[in-house]
Amino acid sequence: MTPALALGDDALVLSHRLGEWAGNAPVLEEEVALANIALDLLGQARILLSLAGDEDELAYLREERQFRNLQLVEQPNGDFAHTIARQLYFSVYQQLLFDHLATGGTELAPLAAKAVKETSYHRDHAEQWTLRLGDGTDESHTRMQRGLDALWRFTGELFEPVDGLDAPWAALHDEWTTRITALLERATLTLPQGPQRGAWTAGGGRQGLHTEPFGRMLAEMQHLHRSHPGASW
Amino acid sequence: MTTIAPEEPALEAVFDATVAADERIEPRDWMPDAYRSTLVRQIAQHAHSEIIGMQPEANWITRAPSLRRKAILMAKVQDEAGHGLYLYSAAETLGTSRDELLDKLHTGRQKYSSIFNYPTLTWADVGAIGWLVDGAAITNQVPLCRCSYGPYARAMVRICKEESFHQRQGYELLMALSRGTEAQHAMAQDAVNRWWWPSLMMFGPPDDESAHSAQSMAWKIKRHSNDELRQRFVDICVPQAEALGLTLPDPDLTWNEERGHFDFGPIDWAEFWDVLKGNGPCNEQRISRRRRAHEDGAWVREAAAAHAAKHGKADR
Repeated sequence: MTPALALGDDALVLSHRLGEWAGNAPVLEEEVALANIALDLLGQARILLSLAGDEDELAYLREERQFRNLQLVEQPNGDFAHTIARQLYFSVYQQLLFDHLATGGTELAPLAAKAVKETSYHRDHAEQWTLRLGDGTDESHTRMQRGLDALWRFTGELFEPVDGLDAPWAALHDEWTTRITALLERATLTLPQGPQRGAWTAGGGRQGLHTEPFGRMLAEMQHLHRSHPGASW
Repeated sequence: MTTIAPEEPALEAVFDATVAADERIEPRDWMPDAYRSTLVRQIAQHAHSEIIGMQPEANWITRAPSLRRKAILMAKVQDEAGHGLYLYSAAETLGTSRDELLDKLHTGRQKYSSIFNYPTLTWADVGAIGWLVDGAAITNQVPLCRCSYGPYARAMVRICKEESFHQRQGYELLMALSRGTEAQHAMAQDAVNRWWWPSLMMFGPPDDESAHSAQSMAWKIKRHSNDELRQRFVDICVPQAEALGLTLPDPDLTWNEERGHFDFGPIDWAEFWDVLKGNGPCNEQRISRRRRAHEDGAWVREAAAAHAAKHGKADR
């Protein structure tokens, strides 16, 4: 596995999940924002997968056990708060990682330098909504806390070392925790208390061990491409 | 009201002169009530069409067969949401609100384009929508860039730029299918067969049955009649279909040397009125999904409002 494949799969899969929101968002501005983020991520995925091979072959012709994305990004959208919790955990992580990679000398540096601008917008979007929902109404507060709690167990994997990717994982985890803690406090929310990892979570996605909803997602994503072997589109 | 009544003839004269001189009416200008309500109806229907129109295409985002096509489709659906936003803003300059207009959409008191009540059954439908549906929309909308109401005309300038981009992408998608495998070619032909007639219906009823046409043309909201625009569209599409290597599903389609236009077969107006009345293949599905998105999002909008009330605008 190359690091480009792991990071490319993260972007590809999260982009797909966000694409499922099209036409379903709570306000028109969010139709635009969620599609915008999905497009940025798809753009990142295309560059990263192209570093690892042929983007369409990698996206459409691999099976579930060959995908290297984090389990976090494959989680179904749930309600808007659940989606925002997923965005918050991922975008803070991605910005920290890309910030680090942008200054490194690897083949990922140029992509990271470009993507980090997009990622800081994604993070801002997730943070603003975490504040609004956390410190909005009782209902939104409850839903936001529920989303954060439900996804917490997938966050340990974010800082499992990725083969071939030199990053200060422990320090990134500390920084991530500091930022998330501070934000949740402002949003009147509580940092989830449960474990951040479990037998099938930490490192599972990177090894091709995924959660059940992922196979169904791939079936939908790949079916047309696979129905016409060798065709170009 | 009685105090301003004596001035009304003078105001109306200014309005008429502005329209006659091909100048723009702006939000603070006096305008006849009927001009205002016609524009609200038309702009709202246009905005609603952008929003409902996201659904048939979004139906294929998760199944797009290549990452390039997926990116193009996502960008297009995003543009449509943006067009909806421009158009609701243009309507709001006439003294209504987006909430009020959405409520009218959700309760069926305002319409959207009947074309979006047809289903997208295959990937090729995404191309057919781009080529034919966006093509028809552009033919309709380019003259609106010169519409007498300034905010609407300016919104249309921005929208038409993006629409023509989408239209070319749809055409290019069909081209790839038409020149692809046999199965892909057949998929493209089938989509064109299903979308051709509904696209011609997008220009509205024939001129002699069009309720608002005469007044809208006098006010320069509309610049050409439904039948004129429909003819223009057919004339554009025939050579494009030929270049695509696809046929149009009309045995009566022939070049008329005398008129300098293509003659085409009769449109099934019974189907048109039926779809308009709510009995098309997807009317129920489209409006239910829109209502559900709105209802499911209510708590999010309430949260944003409550947060803004607590923290002021700076935090929004």
